[in-house]
Amino acid sequence: MVRIGEGAGYSGAWLDPAVALARDGRLDYLLFECLAERTIALAQAARRGDATAGFDPYLGARMEAVLGACAAGGTRILTNAGAANPAGGGDLVVTIARRLGLHGLRVGVVTGDDVLHLLDPASVLDETGETLASLGDRVISANAYLGATPMVEALADGAAVVIAGRVADPSLAVAALRHAFGWGATDWARLGAGTAVGHLTECGPQVTGGYFADPGRLDVPGLARVGYPVAECEADGTAVITKLPGTGGTVTRATCTEQLLYEIGDPGAYLTPDVTADFRGIDLVQEAPDRVRVTGATGRPAPASLKVVVGYRDGFIGDGQVSYGGAGCLARARLAGDVVRERLASLGRAVREVRIDVIGWDSLGGAPPAGTPEPPEVRLRVAARVDTRQVADAVGREVEALWVAGPYGGGGATRSVREVIAVGSTFLDRTRVAPVVTVREA
Amino acid sequence: MRVRLRDVAHARAGDKGDTSTVSLVALDRGDYDWLCLEVTPTRVQDHFGAMVSGPVVRHEVAHLGALNFVMHRALGGGVTRSLAIDPHGKARSSWLLEMEVERPG
Repeated sequence: MVRIGEGAGYSGAWLDPAVALARDGRLDYLLFECLAERTIALAQAARRGDATAGFDPYLGARMEAVLGACAAGGTRILTNAGAANPAGGGDLVVTIARRLGLHGLRVGVVTGDDVLHLLDPASVLDETGETLASLGDRVISANAYLGATPMVEALADGAAVVIAGRVADPSLAVAALRHAFGWGATDWARLGAGTAVGHLTECGPQVTGGYFADPGRLDVPGLARVGYPVAECEADGTAVITKLPGTGGTVTRATCTEQLLYEIGDPGAYLTPDVTADFRGIDLVQEAPDRVRVTGATGRPAPASLKVVVGYRDGFIGDGQVSYGGAGCLARARLAGDVVRERLASLGRAVREVRIDVIGWDSLGGAPPAGTPEPPEVRLRVAARVDTRQVADAVGREVEALWVAGPYGGGGATRSVREVIAVGSTFLDRTRVAPVVTVREA
Repeated sequence: MRVRLRDVAHARAGDKGDTSTVSLVALDRGDYDWLCLEVTPTRVQDHFGAMVSGPVVRHEVAHLGALNFVMHRALGGGVTRSLAIDPHGKARSSWLLEMEVERPG
């Protein structure tokens, strides 16, 4: 049996549950999945400003916290926290390992996901239909989703830590399982099963009771000290999802079902660089408290193309907010919104899209049904997509000016501006992508 | 009998580009069959109204008592471009659970 833990789930995830896994988990592998779809584009933008940046900003803190315990316990670390600069991330890990006295620790780096130079300018973005050429110099990055194979190579070369960039989230677990059990790169059924394990654990606490609670209906104990997931994996691809004893949270058939279906689209064809995974036959059985057995996942050959996430600059978003309370608050918020909309119209074509929401009323869903009573307080939010930072700033100032010119009683005005780094996807024949693995010693 | 989905199911929403995915899982597996009849892609599209340009595709995983709705052109152009306060559409799960359905018997 091989024990795999997930120590993150996203870049900003809590660190202490990962430390507990490193110290008490008796893990063979500790994974840190830290890279959302758009994060790689933001990281590429950061690297353009500073050649030593571009890896996950918390990589150092994470490694400082777990490296000693992992080295002592024989737990190997796999992460995509290399983001836009896996080599820089690898350098940092080597430096930390030396400082901790872990001389000789082998650190693997996976590159080759940066495919900007390989893309045909006529490549079309799936979401908008725009070509790469039409985006011109607004394009920041293009990273192909790599699979498990280069990480398996690094593990075979003795790497105790593997730092990758844009590898698919479940591929971290697939790499660990391929290395541990000797599964081949075309053992589709087992790769599908390993992908299910990777998918169930890749969001960290989202399978152990995080993102599940609804007080009085779906209660979860001890969320503040939620345990991150551990997968106890067998060579046949089956596994038990669990967490460390004494930690908060809960592992049930319900939490596992939600995570299994999370963001996958068709459960019969979950496409990754490793396999076309088929989750339709999966069964989840609660074999004990906080222990769910996963069986029945399988797979078919991997897709011929790799997904490529393209990051590009796409203007700015200006945002302004102000609150209203008491009787008539809704009508005052709407009046304030009308005033700002009329004011923004004078800015003309520089404002490409305006959205006005009343937080507490219609900002998350559609308008509430007729007859819904007025809430005691609401918050107006005006957001606009514009071409320049200057105009984006004007959006927030128009809202802030309601202090003196808008309806009575507005309070707590705030404003913000952000540059939009948009992401789109395109595809590249997998034979054109050549991952590179380097392993060095601390 | 009219019930809200919240009374009989739980849900989780996620995003991929401009596509919103929302799972709906029966709290009691015995409710799955009638949920399949009630919670059709058309009704889900109507429920979300202007939030989802569509189409809505439904995937069924019967033995887990789960439906997975894949809603296209549903996130204002995608997480990075959307002007929405919830650009990922994470709150779509709770919005789906507001839907009223007819529970047999």
